[in-house]
Amino acid sequence: MNQPITPASTPQLNLPASGLTALRPVDAWHLAPWIIALAFYFLVPPGFHTLGTNVLVMILFTLSLDLALGFAGIITLGHAAFFGVGAYAAGVMVSKLTPDPIMGLLLATALAGVLGALTGMLILHTQGVAMFMLTLAIASIFYEVANQWRSVTGGDDGLTVPRPAALLAYFGFEGFRFDFAGKTAYLYALSVLFVWFLIAWRIVKSPFGRSLDGIRQNPRRMRAIGTPVWWRLVAMYGISCAMAGSAGALQAHAIRLVGLKSLELELSGIVAVMLVLGGERRLYGAFLGAAFYVLVHDWAAAINPFYWMFVVGALLVAVVLFLDGGLMGLLDRIAALFGRKKSGEEQASGDAK
Amino acid sequence: MRALPSREEAPVLSIRGLCKNFGALAVTQSVSLDLHPGARLGLIGPNGAGKTTLVNLLTGMLTPDAGDIILNGEYIEKLKAEQRVKRGLVRTHQINTLLTEHTMRDNVAIAVAERLGYAWRTLRFGPQWRACQEEAHAQLAELGVAQAGDRRVSELPYGQQRLLEIAIALALKPKVLLLDEPGAGIPSTESHIIDEALEKLPAEIAILLIEHDMDLVFRFAKKITVLVQGAVLTTGVPAEIAKNPEVRAVYLGRSQQV
Repeated sequence: MNQPITPASTPQLNLPASGLTALRPVDAWHLAPWIIALAFYFLVPPGFHTLGTNVLVMILFTLSLDLALGFAGIITLGHAAFFGVGAYAAGVMVSKLTPDPIMGLLLATALAGVLGALTGMLILHTQGVAMFMLTLAIASIFYEVANQWRSVTGGDDGLTVPRPAALLAYFGFEGFRFDFAGKTAYLYALSVLFVWFLIAWRIVKSPFGRSLDGIRQNPRRMRAIGTPVWWRLVAMYGISCAMAGSAGALQAHAIRLVGLKSLELELSGIVAVMLVLGGERRLYGAFLGAAFYVLVHDWAAAINPFYWMFVVGALLVAVVLFLDGGLMGLLDRIAALFGRKKSGEEQASGDAK
Repeated sequence: MRALPSREEAPVLSIRGLCKNFGALAVTQSVSLDLHPGARLGLIGPNGAGKTTLVNLLTGMLTPDAGDIILNGEYIEKLKAEQRVKRGLVRTHQINTLLTEHTMRDNVAIAVAERLGYAWRTLRFGPQWRACQEEAHAQLAELGVAQAGDRRVSELPYGQQRLLEIAIALALKPKVLLLDEPGAGIPSTESHIIDEALEKLPAEIAILLIEHDMDLVFRFAKKITVLVQGAVLTTGVPAEIAKNPEVRAVYLGRSQQV
């Protein structure tokens, strides 16, 4: 500190401009997923919007897992527990508390976040296989509660959710009614996904997000610089669970059927598959992985309703074996083939860090 | 200690009667040490003397069975590892403990953010993170490795990774710095880079150097403490230690010249 810096050996530090206001032309591809999503809304024939909503809900759910598993390295196979909490909470609220979807969404999100932080306090003391087992155990408890608490959840019959009030009814605007074709539900899901994406984007770029990336890589190092590792993991897990709860609430409002399937181990597995397919720690990997999985599932199940799992399984094996970094990794390589300028390319791959 | 002229200023770190047993094995036996601001104390001893255990007790990786650790007048032996860091007791690692997927500068900047309390920020952080990056850059420049700041740690040569360990520790603005074998694994032809880095350490920091490379210790330390079987054998200036027949017997070997 008290040593003079010799100018000869000290290169100038040229930091790139930060923030969303400083997007350069090479970053224009960030708009692509949103343009595609909007184009989908206007171009597809009626009847396909519900499929699109399904994709958006799964993207949001996968994005939440990317924060916990991808960035923070929290090995969880119980994330569906918080998706289910959000879904049941939102569903029950429509019939018993308020039909307003936004109020229901916020409350369901908060509930999932609080439950996530509380259970996170238990599991985040552990590491590796022990953590993995605890997430399974907690998901099983949630499942059994939903199964037994029939008066509220409907047990294994599931919950049929009444149609929520118009989207902005709380503000006196009745324009966005939930229509039969699911067009309003699609826009609703897209808006919520967009807000959460911006939050996730800021988080992973922030000092907070970077410290969690550090914890995933080397908790010893982070402790040695004074990081309260456990608290920070609890915070990130809570945010991730809140996001998963939002995805569940969207499903309750948009698809209007909530069942034990939303809490099952299978869903936790599927969302992990989507994340690996798309590419971990890339944010957009959630978009590619979830969209790819849902669409392939839809297509393969239409061809043969019994063997679609085989198709999905084969795809996953292919991605894990041959595509380092999932579909986002594939995109990187395609972009490199087209010979983008080196600086731009590094920026693109650095963006998701 | 007793043979040396007493200083007026209080020690920044005091260890009083520190004990630690692993079962029946007493790995730390009533160790007492004082570090004053600006101290350059070398800690040597044969393998198994308890040097690393002592570092782990000081940093909070292990809990002592008895004794006190006093940092700036505060008893810290009950504090967690990260709380001790916040109070200015910082270590480097014998084995590189770095964020290998991050760049060199980010490794330091994350430490700066933690020190300045920015590490909880999520939504508004632009100027703060920029300031962290600039400070990290300056810190790397001081150690002469700023030109590699944008490279991933996993791509760096080993010697630069060793320097990064020191740069991260300095970025935390320590009052007491525990250097755990900073020269470990560096071939003797390159050991000058560690020497140069140690020379540049801010004068006011109290430093405890644990090192196997005797030449490095004798060049750097103003005083040396010899640890044998978990207990302090003797403390003195390097010349005394080199001449001390007991030390030569237990540690250096009879035939070796220092």
